[in-house]
Amino acid sequence: MADAPDNSERRGPPPEQPGPVPQGDVPEAVADARRSRWAPLIWVIPVIALGVAAWLALQGVLNIGTAIEITFNSGEGLEAGRTRIKYRDIDIGIVKAIELTDGPNILVKAEINSKAKHLVVEDTRFWVVRPRITGGQALGLGTILTGSHIAMDPGKSGPSRRSFTGLEQPPAITTDAPGRLFTLRAANLGSVDVGSPVYFRRVRVGKTVSTELDKEGKGVVIQVFVNAPYDRFVTAGTRFWDVSGVAIALDSGGFRVETESLTAIVIGGIAFETPPQTRVTAPAAPDTAFTLFSNRDSAMKEIYTIKDSYILYFTHSVRGLSVGAPVNFLGVEIGEVTSIDLDFNREQGSVRPAVGIVIYPERLSARMRERGPTDEPGRRVEALQRWVDRGLRAQLSTGNLLTGQAYVALNFFPKEPRVKINAGQTPPEIPTVPGGFEELQNTVTNVAKNLEKVPFAEVAADFRKAATELEATLKEMSALSAQIRTDIAPEVRATLGDARATLEKAQILLAEDAPLQGDLQTTLREVRRAAQAVRGLADSLERHPESLLRGRKDDTQ
Amino acid sequence: MTVMAAHAGLLTCELCGLLNRGPAAAPAPSSCARCGSALHARKPDSFIRTWALLAAAYALYIPANVLPVLETQSLVEQTTDTILGGAIRLWSQGAWPLSVVIVVASFAVPLAKMFILTWLLVSARLDAPGALQRTRLYRVTDFIGRWSMVDIYVGGLLIGLVQFYPFADVSVGPAAPAFAAVVVLTMLASRAFDPRLLWDAAVPGRRRFDHG
Repeated sequence: MADAPDNSERRGPPPEQPGPVPQGDVPEAVADARRSRWAPLIWVIPVIALGVAAWLALQGVLNIGTAIEITFNSGEGLEAGRTRIKYRDIDIGIVKAIELTDGPNILVKAEINSKAKHLVVEDTRFWVVRPRITGGQALGLGTILTGSHIAMDPGKSGPSRRSFTGLEQPPAITTDAPGRLFTLRAANLGSVDVGSPVYFRRVRVGKTVSTELDKEGKGVVIQVFVNAPYDRFVTAGTRFWDVSGVAIALDSGGFRVETESLTAIVIGGIAFETPPQTRVTAPAAPDTAFTLFSNRDSAMKEIYTIKDSYILYFTHSVRGLSVGAPVNFLGVEIGEVTSIDLDFNREQGSVRPAVGIVIYPERLSARMRERGPTDEPGRRVEALQRWVDRGLRAQLSTGNLLTGQAYVALNFFPKEPRVKINAGQTPPEIPTVPGGFEELQNTVTNVAKNLEKVPFAEVAADFRKAATELEATLKEMSALSAQIRTDIAPEVRATLGDARATLEKAQILLAEDAPLQGDLQTTLREVRRAAQAVRGLADSLERHPESLLRGRKDDTQ
Repeated sequence: MTVMAAHAGLLTCELCGLLNRGPAAAPAPSSCARCGSALHARKPDSFIRTWALLAAAYALYIPANVLPVLETQSLVEQTTDTILGGAIRLWSQGAWPLSVVIVVASFAVPLAKMFILTWLLVSARLDAPGALQRTRLYRVTDFIGRWSMVDIYVGGLLIGLVQFYPFADVSVGPAAPAFAAVVVLTMLASRAFDPRLLWDAAVPGRRRFDHG
């Protein structure tokens, strides 16, 4: 209490002084009427508080969810109080309890948030999302970490419902998925399965939704779902084909391997494309039925609506030709072989191969394509007769020498004799000529035949005779040479000896130390000297030509 | 005999400390003769203000306890806890000291504080005896009030520390702001209350100062 005295000083009059406060020292407070009184304004605070509380309460009431029940076969991955119910990966509810039922199922009691209440209707579907690998896609991988959840696909029907049976497999398409469903009919399923992808220009645009046998068991009905916006590429003229696995084709076109994608190889797939010639461009109606072709070629071939059938009778084997082999016209593929049979002619007792072909006149040219309906039998035969008159013939050609695959070629052979087409025959016949390889074969045969005609025995006898003559001639030559050796050779040797002696003599004459040589050198020296003297004279004369007249002067002058 | 300044007609300037004589026509608004500050015999509108703030606190106390205060999300689960629910969960998990702290600091103390203030207000009006005890009660109330904020601090710390989405995530629920508002409102209410009102009743021949 060291500062007690200070306090007493500051306080002025000591506190022990009793009695009334000295009025003189205390100033009068200034009256102040300006201050307004807003005290009741404080009640704004509790009003706001009440409002907030009421709002929070209202939120609480509104957020009370809807209790639903779902039965599942298995409760794997489900946990009461933790497993969420999700729609588009958004939490819309939570599993409250999981109970056993009397049957083989489990009963999941869940609560759906008030905001998703309206989605729980008669055809709403629930399923458990677990990690799965299907259709070439890994789905629900997030659930490995977060645990399974129940997914919901809201229905569209009106009345709400509280009890559901959960799906064991996720539905292939959800109700709200944009896109359209198409029905495909196929002879067999191939390796297409539910979930197999659907490709458009190798872009994955949808998937297979269901596969089932048709009612008669004569085919398969496949439903595919094409996502928006790709579904608009499916028109009435669109072709679907199976791209499952690897298509290996070995035909007259050579060896071809076709695959769509690795995924399609493994799990199968369906592709579609609209042939460029198709004039229908309006999108197909949903649930339109299409044919599922086995491969792209057959799918795209079908675009020719006009087919003209013809028959060809060959005079030789048609080995190598198969149904589906192309028919070329001047090298352009315009049709295909549809049948290969043997034609037995009872009257002639002959058998010949009969090959049925179809030709797509639409392939011929744009102008011909626009000629309209062509199937007037009379006109067709008439036209064919004109072509044949100009030498049109069918010919079997080998497209692939390696495999021997053959095709039918239509070509012009102007030198061929004129043939009259049997107008009554259906289908009309196109006359044939032995073709390419066949012709070559015939030629070789002819050569062989001609070779056979050669009298090899006579030739051999002649040859032998000639050889004998040759031998005699050789003997004569041998005798001649012996004669040369005995009579002519010594003479020649003696002559050669003389010649050598003569040459030796000449050598001696021409030797360096020979007298003739010495004389010659001396003479030559004399001549050189004389020549020098002449050159000196000539020089002197050139310098002093006057010396000829005046005589030589002294050099000193 | 005890004399209170107000009863003697004296007003102390709360800013400059000058003792003023109240205006003759009391109670009327007046200001300090020296510094001009407003003079009040008691805290102005103490009853009204305290009552209003207390009512607001009551109104928000209900959502603060009914709604979830903390939403904890981890990989496997997502839990929402109310204040009491969290305390119960902690208790069941064996963390009972923490549980007791939460119950006391976040549930009992604000409630007790609101009840005490209500009692003080009512008793000041009714001129009940025992002003000394009530003053002590007020002192305790004023002192412990701020400690109710422990819960909010813990929540705030957790939110700041645990943000490893998606592995763990903590966020506040709608109860947290309500609870914070309750704490602040009770503190303001206890500030607005003028304990001198408790003693006015004990003075014979008193005047009412609670509105000026």
